[in-house]
Amino acid sequence: MTDLFMNLEIGFLTAVSANALLYCFIGCLLGTLIGVLPGLGPSATIAMLLPITFGLDPTASLIMLAGIYYGAQYGGSTTAILVNLPGEASSVVTAIDGYQMARQGRAGLALITAALGSFFAGTVATLLIATMAPSLAKAALQFGAPEYFSLMVLGLVVSVVLAHGSLIKALAMICLGLLLGLIGTDVTSGTERLTFRIFELSDGLDIVAVAIGLFGLGEIILNLSVEAEKRTAFAKAITGLLPTRKDLKQIFGPVVRGTAVGSALGILPGGGAMLASFVSYAVEKKVSREPERFGKGAIEGVAGPESANNAGSQTSFVPMLTLGIPSNVVMALMIGAMIIHGIQPGPSVMTDQPELFWGLIVSMWIGNLMLVILNLPLIGLWVRLLTIPYRFLFPAIMVFCCIGAFSMNNSSFDIYVVVVFGFLGYLFKKLDCEAAPFILGLILGPMIEEYLRRSMLLSRGDPTIFISRPMSAVMLGLAAIAILSVAIPAVRRARDDALLEE
Amino acid sequence: MTSYIRKPKDFISGAIFLVVGVGALILLQDYQFGTARRMGPAYFPAILAAMLSCFAVVLIWRSLGGTREAMESVPMKPALLILGGALLFALLIRPAGLVLAVVPMVFLGSLANTPFRWQVALPTGIVLALGSAAIFAYGLGQPIPVLGYWFGN
Repeated sequence: MTDLFMNLEIGFLTAVSANALLYCFIGCLLGTLIGVLPGLGPSATIAMLLPITFGLDPTASLIMLAGIYYGAQYGGSTTAILVNLPGEASSVVTAIDGYQMARQGRAGLALITAALGSFFAGTVATLLIATMAPSLAKAALQFGAPEYFSLMVLGLVVSVVLAHGSLIKALAMICLGLLLGLIGTDVTSGTERLTFRIFELSDGLDIVAVAIGLFGLGEIILNLSVEAEKRTAFAKAITGLLPTRKDLKQIFGPVVRGTAVGSALGILPGGGAMLASFVSYAVEKKVSREPERFGKGAIEGVAGPESANNAGSQTSFVPMLTLGIPSNVVMALMIGAMIIHGIQPGPSVMTDQPELFWGLIVSMWIGNLMLVILNLPLIGLWVRLLTIPYRFLFPAIMVFCCIGAFSMNNSSFDIYVVVVFGFLGYLFKKLDCEAAPFILGLILGPMIEEYLRRSMLLSRGDPTIFISRPMSAVMLGLAAIAILSVAIPAVRRARDDALLEE
Repeated sequence: MTSYIRKPKDFISGAIFLVVGVGALILLQDYQFGTARRMGPAYFPAILAAMLSCFAVVLIWRSLGGTREAMESVPMKPALLILGGALLFALLIRPAGLVLAVVPMVFLGSLANTPFRWQVALPTGIVLALGSAAIFAYGLGQPIPVLGYWFGN
């Protein structure tokens, strides 16, 4: 317990410096600003803003990133509530009841509920991370190569299970991602693989450029390819910002339950955070005495999922920071950013760079706080931002995407990557192939190969090492169960219902 | 030809995966495979490419049976214009600089929107060009050429 406070103190000393606060604030502001634009989810927002942080020192850059992350997420919820345009799967649920509330003139209340719920969830999750991360990192140090390999397999499989649609397609997308992730120099032999003699590819495909293409440009093309789609903005004045005591009473239960659900699911490597909001919505509907109100503007339907989503996205930092394993696209981008700064995410970050580690954790909480402070007065501004017609919006997004890609390495090559993956992103969407498993594969490709190699070297080429080591066997077993649960049609139908319930 | 294909989406994605998988296997012939104990540079990619090809075959196989599904249209015009705009930006950013790269990109991209009005596209491009130069090059101090080497920089 004393350790906990000592650690948090290190964190506060780092995160509460004027500099760090400033970057956190700028991050939150930019994140919300871009995230609130319709059609831009958190992944796209972060991919576009990442390059800005590259010039800062590692700690400041990660703190700013955390700010961007929370800002983008909150911005996404704002768009979901006000114009019924969820930028990402996780805010689909928020849109259901949030938009109905907005139509009833209770948009302000919905936005406040989302902010307060998120803040509560963020606070609890931060404490949870601070207590759990050290023991988890200690456990992670016991992990050998086979355990890491199996854990990554588990993470990838879970990301597939959570994806919509066809299992085979998602598995293929993982393989494609892993394969493209191996493009570049093979660390062990120094051989350049699959680079087509292109010099810039010897370092591999840049994950940020790929993400900008898939989520930024791909999304624009998709939007423009839909003929005369009306993007009506919500122009109604926002009234009734402050919740009454009755409202607070009504949201307390959902917020607490959502936080619990989200925290638990977020820790799982493999995108549990996304599922958190769906599970929370289902829970709230189940425990409610008037389930028929859901879908017609029930405040619990906003409070629960938003808290769950935020708690989940917070605790999903745990596998990222302690194991170096991303659980979703955003975490994959964060790992990409850390690697650019020369930090290899993993259990040693906590001991080698305590300021960075605890500073990041504390600044997550400060980011949450800042969101509440920032957004209460600015909600009116975000609403006005939503009325920008798409004909002005998409050229601006194009410009951000291209400048972002260019400024990463100051080279046009990354824009070519953006163009190629912009096209692929469009195609994938049209073919119902999900991009998330692909991105996770892309970042995990080199890591998973390395651990496979080491394991096989350890076992002298005997693949049974993965099932003879208990930890590894358990994780592979879980992965197998996850796959089977999706493959069996009955369970599968239930999953589709849960994910498609709109 | 489409009469055998019941699920065009599965068929096309399967075909793409198959081309990539088999293509990678062919390219990987040039690299060393090594053994399971000492894996060469081609070992793991080859496994992945083989898995990808297998999934692709399953997808294609399944696309030939079951209930018929419709393929939504995949208009190419917006894709070409948006990506063409980005490409133009990539080509122009060094020689012409940021300002003169943004304007044509926005103009080209705006052609993808209906209805297109140059009275809207041109001012949008100019505002975005000046705005981004102010924010990124001057405000954030990023080393982006505002005017390129055509202008002697």
